[in-house]
Amino acid sequence: MSSATASNTRFSKGPDVNGFYGDFGGRFVAETLMPLILELEEAWEWSRTDEAFRRELEGYQRDYIGRATPLYYAERLTEHLGGAKIYFKREDLNHTGAHKINNCIGQILLARKMGKKRIIAETGAGMHGVATATVAARFGMECVIYMGATDIERQQPNVFRMKLLGAEVIPVESGTGTLKDAMNEALRDWVTNVDSTFYLIGTVAGPHPYPAMVRDFQSVIGRETREQILEKEGRLPDTLMACIGGGSNAMGLFHPMLDDESVHMIGVEAAGHGIETGEHAASLNGGEPGVLHGNRTFLLQSHDGQITDAHSVSAGLDYPGIGPEHAWLHTQKRVEYVSITDYEAIQAFKLCCELEGIIPALESAHSLAHLKKIAPDLPEDHLIVLNMSGRGDKDMASVANWLEQHGDTDKLPNTTVEAAEPGRIDDMQPPHDVAKKTGETE
Amino acid sequence: MATRITRRLEALKAEDRAALVTFTMAGDPNYQASLDTLKGLPGAGADIIELGMPFTDPMADGPSIQKAALRALKGQHTQQKTLEMVREFRRDDQDTPIVLMGYYNPIYRYGVERFLEDASEAGVDGLIVVDLPPEHDSELCLPAARAGIDFIRLATPTTDDKRLPRVLENTSGFIYYVSVAGVTGAAAPTPESVERSITRIRAHTDLPIAVGFGIRSAEQAASIGRFADAVVVGSALISCIEHADSVEAGTRDVHALVRELARGVRQARLATA
Repeated sequence: MSSATASNTRFSKGPDVNGFYGDFGGRFVAETLMPLILELEEAWEWSRTDEAFRRELEGYQRDYIGRATPLYYAERLTEHLGGAKIYFKREDLNHTGAHKINNCIGQILLARKMGKKRIIAETGAGMHGVATATVAARFGMECVIYMGATDIERQQPNVFRMKLLGAEVIPVESGTGTLKDAMNEALRDWVTNVDSTFYLIGTVAGPHPYPAMVRDFQSVIGRETREQILEKEGRLPDTLMACIGGGSNAMGLFHPMLDDESVHMIGVEAAGHGIETGEHAASLNGGEPGVLHGNRTFLLQSHDGQITDAHSVSAGLDYPGIGPEHAWLHTQKRVEYVSITDYEAIQAFKLCCELEGIIPALESAHSLAHLKKIAPDLPEDHLIVLNMSGRGDKDMASVANWLEQHGDTDKLPNTTVEAAEPGRIDDMQPPHDVAKKTGETE
Repeated sequence: MATRITRRLEALKAEDRAALVTFTMAGDPNYQASLDTLKGLPGAGADIIELGMPFTDPMADGPSIQKAALRALKGQHTQQKTLEMVREFRRDDQDTPIVLMGYYNPIYRYGVERFLEDASEAGVDGLIVVDLPPEHDSELCLPAARAGIDFIRLATPTTDDKRLPRVLENTSGFIYYVSVAGVTGAAAPTPESVERSITRIRAHTDLPIAVGFGIRSAEQAASIGRFADAVVVGSALISCIEHADSVEAGTRDVHALVRELARGVRQARLATA
C-alpha cells in the first residue's frame, strides 16, 4: 500500500460483522443461500490479506484489463464550461469498455478458489454481462447471463458480444424486463444450483459480502486516482463525481478518499423523465428504505412495500435500488446525491462527444450533465475528477431512438463543428418544447 | 400457553397422522374468491393454512407463485387486506391455525410493531418470512415471539449439522423442511432422501417437522406423510386457480384437490401400519 492510501477512520470502516453500514446492508436471503454466502464471506476475507491472491489480481489488472487507466485532463470541456479544472478517470479504456471488469476479474478468481465451475450473472446495459462472459471465457467456465427482455432489445451489440464470448443469455420477461427482474431470475437460478454455481453480482448491492467485496475490487479506481492526481496536481481533488445505478463505479472512486474530509463527493442518480413524474431511477432522492435482493437500502416502492419499476434512458441505471453503503453515506451526508434527467444526460452525452472526442456511456453522461451545472460556478483552481465509467458504443441505439422520439435527430451526426460552439448545444429545448416545435422546424 | 399451531399439531400426533398444510395466495385472483377459497379449506381437509402475502419480487418462488402474487397485486391487494381476510376467516373458525408467508419488505414498510399488533389481533398464528435468516432474528423473529406469534423457519438441504442449531434456535410452532434446493414448484426429491433428512433434523429438535416443495399429488402427500409431521402443498393449488375456466371453478378445484390430498395424508400411516 502506498503512502497515498486513505487513513482508516470512520467512513471507510464498514461494514460490521453482519454486513451492516449503519441501518443498511445485511444478508436478507433465503436459508438455502446462507451457507454459501458465509462460505463466500470467508473466501473474500481471505483474499483481502493473502499476498499471492493480491499479486495474481494485480497481474490480471495490469496485463488483461490494461490498468492503470489514465487520469485525463479534459481541456476543451474545462475551457467550454469556464470554471473548475476537469479530469476524467478513464475507466472506459479498460478491456471490455467499462469499470465492470475490475470486479469480474476479482470475483472469478474467488470462484476458482471456491471450486465453482459455473458462473451466473445479471445484467442491465450488458456491460457487466460482457465483462462476466469475458472472464468466464478466460478461465474456461460455463456462463449464464440473465438479462431483461427490454434490455436485450435496447442493448443488442452487448448481447451479441456475450454470445460470441460463449455465454448463454437468458431473456427475462417478468416485470418490465429490466435489471431488477434479471436479478430475481439470477437469484432463482442460484437457489436451484447452489452447489455448482457462483453468482457474480455486478454492483455494490445484494447480500453481504457482495457490497463490500465489489467495492474492494472497484476501489482500484479511487486508489489510482488518488496517486495520479497527487502526481499531476500535487494535491487531492476538491470534488469527485460518478454516476449511480447500483453504485459500483462511484463506490470504487469514492472509497479510498472517504476519510479525506476536504474531498467533496457527488453521486449522480438517473431522474428519468423527472422525479416528480414517478418515472425515474433515483432511489435516494425518490425512494424509501426497504429490503430487496438481500440488502436493506433505499428502494423505489409503493406505500405498501411493493417494488416499483425504475426508468432511465440508460439501461445501466435502470434499477430500483442502490448499494447499501451509498444509502448510509447519504444518511450520513458524507456524499451528496443529485439526480439528472434523461434529457440532461443526452445533452451532456453530445457535448462530450463533440468537445472531447470521447463517446461516453449514457451512465457517465449523467455525471457529465451535473458537471455542466456546477463547473462554471467554481473557481479555476477547483479540481474535479469525473469517473468516465464506460464507453458509449453500446448506447448508440438508445441515443438514436431518444433523439428520433424527441426531435433533434438531424442535429446529432453532422454538426460537430457547429455544436462545439459555446451556447449552441445548450440552446436545445427540453423534449416537450421540441415536440411542440416539430411542426415549425419541419 | 400452547399456540393454536402447537395444539393442532399435538392433536394430530395423538391421532398418529400428519397434518396437511395448504398454501394459497391472499387476493388471488381477487379478494372475494380468495376469501371463499380460504373459508372452504378446513372443510376440505386442510389442518393448517398458509396464506401468502403478495410481493412483487418473490425471489425464492417459482413462476406459479410469482404469477399468483402479481394477479393479487393487480387487483390492488395490500398487506392490510391480507389481515382483513384473516379477520373475516376467524369470525367462523377459531381453531384452524393460519400462518402468513412472504417476504420482509411489505412487513418492514407496514412497520414491524404495528404489523405484529394487527396480525395478532386479526388471528394470525405464525409467520414464515423467506428472506429473514436467523442472522436477522432481531428484525422480526424475536418481536413476533414477544407478540405470541410463532416464527417458523425454513431448513433446506444446504442447512448442515453445523448450521441447523442456529436455524432452530428461535423457531417455534414447527420447522419447515424445504426438500429441494430450488424454487417452489420444483420437482420433488425421493421420499427416501427426504426421510433421511428428517431423521437428521429430528436429532436436533423436538419441534414438529413439515415438508414442502414439489408435493403435488395425494400419493406424494401420503409417502411424505408417513414420516413427516406435516405435508405442505402450494404450487399445485395455485395452479388450480391459474388454470380454471372461471373464478368459481378455481375455488372448487382447489377444494377438490385439498380433499384428495387430505385423503392421502390420512391414509399415509394406515397403509404402512
